[in-house]
Amino acid sequence: MSELVPEPRPKPAVPMKPMSINSNLLGYIGIDTIIEQMRKKTMKTGFDFNIMVVGQSGLGKSTLVNTLFKSQVSRKASSWNREEKIPKTVEIKAIGHVIEEGGVKMKLTVIDTPGFGDQINNENCWEPIEKYINEQYEKFLKEEVNIARKKRIPDTRVHCCLYFISPTGHSLRPLDLEFMKHLSKVVNIIPVIAKADTMTLEEKSEFKQRVRKELEVNGIEFYPQKEFDEDLEDKTENDKIRQESMPFAVVGSDKEYQVNGKRVLGRKTPWGIIEVENLNHCEFALLRDFVIRTHLQDLKEVTHNIHYETYRAKRLNDNGGLPPGEGLLGTVLPPVPATPCPTAE
Amino acid sequence: MAIGASEPSGSLAPWPCRAPAHGCPLGPGTAQAKRRRAGVSLGQKAGEGCRTVPLAGHVGFDSLPDQLVNKSVSQGFCFNILCVGETGLGKSTLMDTLFNTKFEGEPATHTQPGVQLRSNTYDLQESNVGLKLTIVSTVGFGDQINKEDSYKPIVEFIDAQFEAYLQEELKIRRVLHTYHDSRIHVCLYFIAPTGHSLKSLDLVTMKKLDSKVNIIPIIAKADAISKSELTKFKIKITSELVSNGVQIYQFPTDDESVAEINGTMNAHLPFAVIGSTEELKIGNKMMRARQYPWGTVQVENEAHCDFVKLREMLIRVNMEDLREQTHTRHYELYRRCKLEEMGFKDTDPDSKPFSLQETYEAKRNEFLGELQKKEEEMRQMFVQRVKEKEAELKEAEKELHEKFDRLKKLHQDEKKKLEDKKKSLDDEVNAFKQRKTAAELLQSQGSQAGGSQTLKRDKEKKNLGFL
Repeated sequence: MSELVPEPRPKPAVPMKPMSINSNLLGYIGIDTIIEQMRKKTMKTGFDFNIMVVGQSGLGKSTLVNTLFKSQVSRKASSWNREEKIPKTVEIKAIGHVIEEGGVKMKLTVIDTPGFGDQINNENCWEPIEKYINEQYEKFLKEEVNIARKKRIPDTRVHCCLYFISPTGHSLRPLDLEFMKHLSKVVNIIPVIAKADTMTLEEKSEFKQRVRKELEVNGIEFYPQKEFDEDLEDKTENDKIRQESMPFAVVGSDKEYQVNGKRVLGRKTPWGIIEVENLNHCEFALLRDFVIRTHLQDLKEVTHNIHYETYRAKRLNDNGGLPPGEGLLGTVLPPVPATPCPTAE
Repeated sequence: MAIGASEPSGSLAPWPCRAPAHGCPLGPGTAQAKRRRAGVSLGQKAGEGCRTVPLAGHVGFDSLPDQLVNKSVSQGFCFNILCVGETGLGKSTLMDTLFNTKFEGEPATHTQPGVQLRSNTYDLQESNVGLKLTIVSTVGFGDQINKEDSYKPIVEFIDAQFEAYLQEELKIRRVLHTYHDSRIHVCLYFIAPTGHSLKSLDLVTMKKLDSKVNIIPIIAKADAISKSELTKFKIKITSELVSNGVQIYQFPTDDESVAEINGTMNAHLPFAVIGSTEELKIGNKMMRARQYPWGTVQVENEAHCDFVKLREMLIRVNMEDLREQTHTRHYELYRRCKLEEMGFKDTDPDSKPFSLQETYEAKRNEFLGELQKKEEEMRQMFVQRVKEKEAELKEAEKELHEKFDRLKKLHQDEKKKLEDKKKSLDDEVNAFKQRKTAAELLQSQGSQAGGSQTLKRDKEKKNLGFL
């Protein structure tokens, strides 16, 4: 029992030791209806999801995103006609769509980065991307810091970045390593091996192992990051994904073919039809389940709770020169000293 | 700043959707809820230009609400109730009845010198949902002779919770997602069952609290009022609240699944409740009730009292909404007022947007500038004093110099005079010496030449010399 004395001011109630009561024994109260209430509320407000695709041109980024979300959300680069210039620097193109499924509304934004890795000299080509990501954090921070805040701040922060690795079969390119090293600190990176239908099963598993090893050697923490595993359950689940499945070797396609009487998405080649959603053929289904069906909310939360907070802390630290850990309010405006500075009186 | 802004080559796809998330109306809620199959294509263009894209198959993000809910469940929920009411109105009993448990606590006495708040936290578990429930009760409310300041401890307590949250939010390294939220989500205001009208203490307190917390007024110990009196009492209370501009919490009616029930409940406010933890056998069931010589009042019988309605509304239907209103309305208002009070503004007179950081910097510089100014002033004064003293000393010095000069001059004059005199005397002496030698010479010549002429001449010369 914590008594709060009214003078001078009641301190905020610090709960001493909460008593634990198992109300299953006491008759139904109805606390678990809060789940329903919450679900209804979230369905009404809808979700935002921003996904960025990075990789050299021709790796099938737009096709993969279209396959992931089963709709034409990304404009394909192959529709360029030859007269269009290849961009001289990395551009950032963000296109938003609203998709709805089962009563759940999602505002999906696909951020494309044409021009990445396409020049002869690719030095610092990750900089525009890093700048864009930080700009989104900045925007959110500005909104959050306003006096009169919006009821729901529009979330344009990049929740997930799919990095496309070219299926050379050898190892990661220096550009890949540099990019991932720089960006794994600001955004969740999911490395993906593109156009995996060019590798046989053995080549695939060898390549994946090599890539994993290289990423580990270079200290690149891709999503799901080890340090953010909250409990044992998460850890075992994520460990399994990290050590066995990632990076996902995917094939994308938006054309349907008839296989065994069913219509499936696939790629038709002279030697057979590669089924996109067949786990024996490629790992697209794993990627889709991972990103959308199980870890979508977690992606958003890691972005909000960790990457954004890191950015915010750094930003406030740099600007105000405030010592870390101290509140903004604590150092604002101490009262002007009543006694003047001692001088020879 | 336009998202999609790129470097030199300006070909960018316009960002179609810049409005906040609510702004993509896709048709009335009922239409959406009814069409619950995958791949719904609504084919309408939303107002702001966000294209709705049809899905060609099952993608799977309809599990999103489940993902979100699972995360929240594992973190647990918290809910904070504040019970305000006079001593002896049955606040603790009602809490016990609502949550089916005997919370700790002894009944308070009537001799409290001032209003205090007692707070307790409990961990409740139901199926897989964990709830951290905090119940805050007023102790000694309405017992004093002078009740003018009775509302103050309550308002201060609520503000203190907001303040704690605001502090956490403004920290540089903050952990908001694991922060134990202690803000009061709902205030149950217990009205004494007089049957006439609200007491002025009630009105004053509720008026002070309505902008800080969601208030649900309830008539306590409702078994003291008969049915007809109750209806009249409720009408009187609602009209008094309206005429005094007290804003009590209205159950939300925008979501069609709960709009109906919330609407009817709104009409039943304030709820007339009875609390009891005793169980009695009625018929063949054990029920919570109060036994009187003239009959038994059943707590969960809707014809007897509104307890079931209160429980429905408070816990089973609107708990999440209460939490949301506290965060988005009351807390935001508090935050805005507090920051404005500290001098932060969103825009300055030239209507250029300020950021909190810039304002803070500006204030800090201002403060430092003031400090410096004060320092300067001190220094100026000091310098002035020193100057004055210096001037004085200089004056004195000057005088002394003058004196010295004068004396020196005098001295010099004297010296000169003396020297002149000496000189003239010397001249005389010299002249005399010359004449002497001349005379001697003549004499010697005269003695050689032997003439009295020379002697005469000498005598004349001598005479002349002496003239």
